[in-house]
Amino acid sequence: MTDLLYSEEEEALRAAVRDLLTDHCAPADVITRAESDAPHDRALWKLLADGMGLAGLLVPEERGGQGASAREAAVVLEELGRAVAPLPYLTSAVVATEALLACDDAELLAQLASGRSIGALAVALHTAPGAGVTAVRVQDGTLHGELTGIADAAVADVLLVPADDGGLYAVAADTVTITPQVSLDLTRPLASVRLEGAPGRRVGAAEPAVRRALRAAAGLLASEQLGVAEWALTQTVRYLKERKQFNRPVGGFQALKHRLAQLWLEVVHLRAAARAAADALATGEDMEVRTAVAQAYAAPAAVRVTEEALQLHGGIGMTWEHPVHLYLKRAKADSIAYGTAGAHREALAALVDLQAPVRAPLQAP
Amino acid sequence: MTDADELRRRTRELLAQHPPASTDRLDFLRARFDAGLAWVHYPEGLGGLGAPRALQGVVDAELAAAGAPDNDPRRIGIGLGMAAPTILKYGTDEQKRRYLRPLWTGEEVWCQLFSEPGAGSDLAALGTRAVRSGDSWVVNGQKVWTSSAHLARWAILIARTDPAVPKHQGITYFVCDMTDPGVEVRPLRQITGEAEFNEVFLTDVRIPDDRRLGEAGDGWRVAQTTLNNERVAIGGMALPREGGMIGPVAKTWRERPGLRTHDLHQRLLKLWVEAEVARFTGERLRQQLVAGQPGPEGAGMKLAFARLNQEISGLEVELRGEEGLLYDDWTMRRPELVDFTGRDAGYRYLRSKGNSIEGGTSEVLLNIVAERVLGLPAEPRTDKDVAWKDLAR
Repeated sequence: MTDLLYSEEEEALRAAVRDLLTDHCAPADVITRAESDAPHDRALWKLLADGMGLAGLLVPEERGGQGASAREAAVVLEELGRAVAPLPYLTSAVVATEALLACDDAELLAQLASGRSIGALAVALHTAPGAGVTAVRVQDGTLHGELTGIADAAVADVLLVPADDGGLYAVAADTVTITPQVSLDLTRPLASVRLEGAPGRRVGAAEPAVRRALRAAAGLLASEQLGVAEWALTQTVRYLKERKQFNRPVGGFQALKHRLAQLWLEVVHLRAAARAAADALATGEDMEVRTAVAQAYAAPAAVRVTEEALQLHGGIGMTWEHPVHLYLKRAKADSIAYGTAGAHREALAALVDLQAPVRAPLQAP
Repeated sequence: MTDADELRRRTRELLAQHPPASTDRLDFLRARFDAGLAWVHYPEGLGGLGAPRALQGVVDAELAAAGAPDNDPRRIGIGLGMAAPTILKYGTDEQKRRYLRPLWTGEEVWCQLFSEPGAGSDLAALGTRAVRSGDSWVVNGQKVWTSSAHLARWAILIARTDPAVPKHQGITYFVCDMTDPGVEVRPLRQITGEAEFNEVFLTDVRIPDDRRLGEAGDGWRVAQTTLNNERVAIGGMALPREGGMIGPVAKTWRERPGLRTHDLHQRLLKLWVEAEVARFTGERLRQQLVAGQPGPEGAGMKLAFARLNQEISGLEVELRGEEGLLYDDWTMRRPELVDFTGRDAGYRYLRSKGNSIEGGTSEVLLNIVAERVLGLPAEPRTDKDVAWKDLAR
């Protein structure tokens, strides 16, 4: 069976990322930044991607990366989720990178792996692996069309755009119009992308690249959701030990203790599901079932834990000042990103042969 | 230090000296115990070699490949999982020598005399009395939910020896001879129709003092070893995909498309995912144990499996429609084992109701998680510093 634990190297990686985020990604700063003109933290991206070399974890060394695997990228995502960090790691270092790993553009792949360029797959964030995508028109050698719901497009240097000729095109961000959309998740904002005769370079076939990218995204998103849920649980437990009403810490009331214990149990399960998916993506074994299982479980679990965190914080949880809303918004957006839990359950129905009811044949008149 | 190669060598030596094909089952099991290959993490002379627990698999694999008989561990689970670790930790040398070998070979079955009608979740409130009389203790009281009591030679028993001190302090742990004339065992019929469990009435049962485990008054602490091992035993089963309760439902779903509805489909997929994630969680816990880093996750596994078993079997009864209105057999029987797969859906539905009660109710386990894992404050208590005899009952 798969290895569901963390290796010593993975724990060291976690510690390094957590140190960086502790120093550079305080919750109050994330709230302030979210409403500014620059919601993404480019300086922090430089430290993480360039300084620590983490943008290239999924890329083999001979192709300019670190030659690690989805297991290590998952650990980074856990920490980024815990800090609800406004960084394009999932979108660039996982999704765009996985798409390029299925293509043949060594130079662009190496640029993304080094962190010097940020990439974004121009597929709407809610798209499930295997679902249809909106393609732009190829006309007279240039690209035309409008795409919406593209996560982190505002900070991307290059977009990977599926076109109606079946190709995936690399398009420089400064040749298209990128307009931010007011987004539920303030820390992973969406944008629309308008292509009006944009020049593009065909890097490969869109379908297999998009499918591979979205599957990795769905599987590794579970690790981000784990980080989000862990933060919410840890902060709620801490707060309920301090907060006193009726002359007692409210965390001593059994009604609340049982709820927190249930949340802990869900986080324990979420960790196992996330590790099973990360390990499957790293080894290629049982990959489709485990990514679908992970997302079908993680999406509602992270939403529930953050919703409960807000409720258990009481009034302070409803304020803009307290960061719990950032985590709720991330968890809720994540529950739609790369396919809802329902979409992944439907995929499982086919994968594990638990088919839907067959409609009864119409009665002859 | 005994490593895997050394264990393999010793196992082959055992097999060569006692070929399973031509050796009596019990003789083989005794020889295996004496060779230190019964439970390799136990000390030498007591069925083990002081080897890491994780290496037991090496021995078991060699023996299974050679077709050697096993000690039918499911039949003697209480002895192996609860009595043995407690005897090992608190027993005298004489007690360990006397009890462990026939316990492991299955020659002597063990049961557990802990719960009482008035002491369930609040086990420490138990009222069965043991009064010192010369070299013995005289025991009177009633125990309940005792599996295997009608088969057992021995019981692990906790009884009150000092009612004048607070409840946790006045308890002593004994080994009770179930063949003593003062021991009366009555089947306790349950909602499934059968009687897995018993009530045990103890009337002037004399227990020699050399069958006491640990010090007089220290029984609560001794019992913690037993109870911690019980929860490990209940939550720690290894499963393949669809190896648990979800298996029969998935099979029915595939084989009988006429039963399918959209509502059931959504619920089935949700439970299938939860069962698979619970399986990963159990597997992760086992990997932590093997790596020598036991986590607090074990406390949660029983909670998770209880809820899942109940929901899945409830869905299964509903899925079967007309057949869900039937039941396979209400006859009062006394099964030696709980067999979830050998019976129909209705049985699974009813029997799994006990999963959130036996071995610690889910409500108590949630308290344990909240207090021991999350560090939340305990409920204010009114019973801790009061003599047992002065408690409300």
